[in-house]
Amino acid sequence: MTGSNAKDVLVDVQGLKKHFVKGRDVWGRSNEVLKAVDGVSFQIRRGETFGLVGESGSGKSTVGRCLIRLYDYTDGTVRFDGHDLTKLGEKQLKPFRRRIQTIFQDPYSSLNPGMNVLELIGEPMNIHGLYARADERKEAVAALLERVGLKREHLYRYPHEFSGGQRQRISIARALSVRPDFVVCDEPISALDVSVQAQVVNMLEDLQNEFGLTYLFIAHDLSMVRHISDRIGVLYGGRLVEVADSDELYENPLHPYTKALLSSIPVPDPRAVQERAEWKADGGEDIPELREASPGHFVALP
Amino acid sequence: MTEPLLSVKDLKVSFYTRAGENQAVRGVSLHIDEGETVGIVGESGSGKSVTAKAIMGLISPPGQIIGGEIDFAGQSLVGLTEREWRRLRGNRIAMVFQDPMTSLNPVKKIGDQMTEVIRRHRGLAKEAARKEAIEMLRRVGITRPEQRLDQYPHEFSGGMRQRVMIAMALSCQPELLIADEPTTALDVTIQAQILDLLKQLKANSRMSIVLITHDLGVVAQVCSRVVVMYGGMVMEEGTAEDIFYRPKHPYTQGLLRSLPKRQGGTRERLVPIEGTPPDLLDPPQGCPFRDRCPHAMPKCAELPPHFEVGPGHRALCWLNDEGVQAQLRREPELEGSAAHDRE
Repeated sequence: MTGSNAKDVLVDVQGLKKHFVKGRDVWGRSNEVLKAVDGVSFQIRRGETFGLVGESGSGKSTVGRCLIRLYDYTDGTVRFDGHDLTKLGEKQLKPFRRRIQTIFQDPYSSLNPGMNVLELIGEPMNIHGLYARADERKEAVAALLERVGLKREHLYRYPHEFSGGQRQRISIARALSVRPDFVVCDEPISALDVSVQAQVVNMLEDLQNEFGLTYLFIAHDLSMVRHISDRIGVLYGGRLVEVADSDELYENPLHPYTKALLSSIPVPDPRAVQERAEWKADGGEDIPELREASPGHFVALP
Repeated sequence: MTEPLLSVKDLKVSFYTRAGENQAVRGVSLHIDEGETVGIVGESGSGKSVTAKAIMGLISPPGQIIGGEIDFAGQSLVGLTEREWRRLRGNRIAMVFQDPMTSLNPVKKIGDQMTEVIRRHRGLAKEAARKEAIEMLRRVGITRPEQRLDQYPHEFSGGMRQRVMIAMALSCQPELLIADEPTTALDVTIQAQILDLLKQLKANSRMSIVLITHDLGVVAQVCSRVVVMYGGMVMEEGTAEDIFYRPKHPYTQGLLRSLPKRQGGTRERLVPIEGTPPDLLDPPQGCPFRDRCPHAMPKCAELPPHFEVGPGHRALCWLNDEGVQAQLRREPELEGSAAHDRE
């Protein structure tokens, strides 16, 4: 990345690796390692939505968790707004913990059932010292609630009183309560009903425009990812096999795995005749580095 | 016209919970003909899985079938004893569930589980049952079936386990296969393989398949006929062509509209269905969709009948009533007059 456009990059991931130790021998040395993420590099530009797709075990959620430093990584660097987060201790990380927020998949397990809505959304504000006075904080929470399509009278209700879609709105309000720059959305709509998914996706897009947010959108629903993302990275076996603008990726996939993945999406049209690209995984394949095949379109072909 | 293989008439199922009576299925009628594949689509709480469980005789307290009839090949299924059910279930009606890990015994070899089923239902001897199991595994696309029979469920991947479940379900040559979200827990590439397998089975046998799913893409790819459920009722029923190209119920129309468009270029905004599904502890009178429906009018407080809108195509919506249509021509402002913004 050269100097001129380095300013446009908010998140810069270089050579990220996360290996989990699965087994140790009698001397305590690790003898079995799961390479969940094994050398991933990409950049997310300010204000864009970067989609990360892949099947189970591809490492997409692990990448997300490394970015929010829920995991310490094995190797590589993550730079956020020019700052190297890799070596920072918890104390130095705190300002970044405010600027980077997360929305998780399951709105049932990600909200503390013993806290009411005011406490849930007010807690991050409190931690980051955003509003000194309780009445100010309550006002801010109420305003946010209305912004995500809920009502002021919901302030004193508890998570179990809400539907899945409403809970996800509460999670979104909680993430936005500390005015972040970057939100990692880890499968934010997968647990929602089809008729509610579009509501949440529209809201995420509106909030992005309003607050200038940058998103990392992790998902396995490939048609929704195409809709929401500006650019998409395809993960396979802990490596990126392809990165491109979303329409370019869907219309002109280059890697055989991307082709197989995209052609497997069942098309909601009974007249559509689907030609499926085959992909035979042999498990032992070495995925090379990404190379630029056309401007902005990167692929890891042997 | 021949008798359908399965017919469900005005089925009502409730769950008696501490919070009250949850009316999960509120008068569902549908039929499955021999050899056809029917999709039942709906979101969580629509009653699609409870309907399937009722057909399989798997409703147990606090759930109860409180009304309606289920006829399978001329036999009434409501009120059968557990003993009679055991003769039918697995034998003539088989089921595949969403999560193959929880439906297989983790401490028994796949082969032992399969031969047990085959021996019980078909009375084959041990060796013959093993041969049959090998043949079934081969049919569902599992390579080296002889070796794989001696493996345990954890040695199979999710997609392979689902193939084993399908092989087990098919081993008794059922007339009806009920597949409840069989691909929901699987990755898309594996899902595509399982759907191919279902299509292939459909082409090579007279077996009828009921596929329960929330995924409209899956339905479009596999099913010839579709039943759309919402709030414990059938909203619309028709051929896949009817449902995807000529939807007559606003709920079906809304579902299709809320899907992201495939064309690229300018990013179009999604068109969601506003609001949330009804609370079945206290279901609304009249049309269950009326609180979210952009066309809702005062008439919708009254439950519409199923209007026949084409051959085999019916919709539970007043917009298909000739009287209501005539009235709307005179007073167009009525349409949507009862639609309220719930947010």
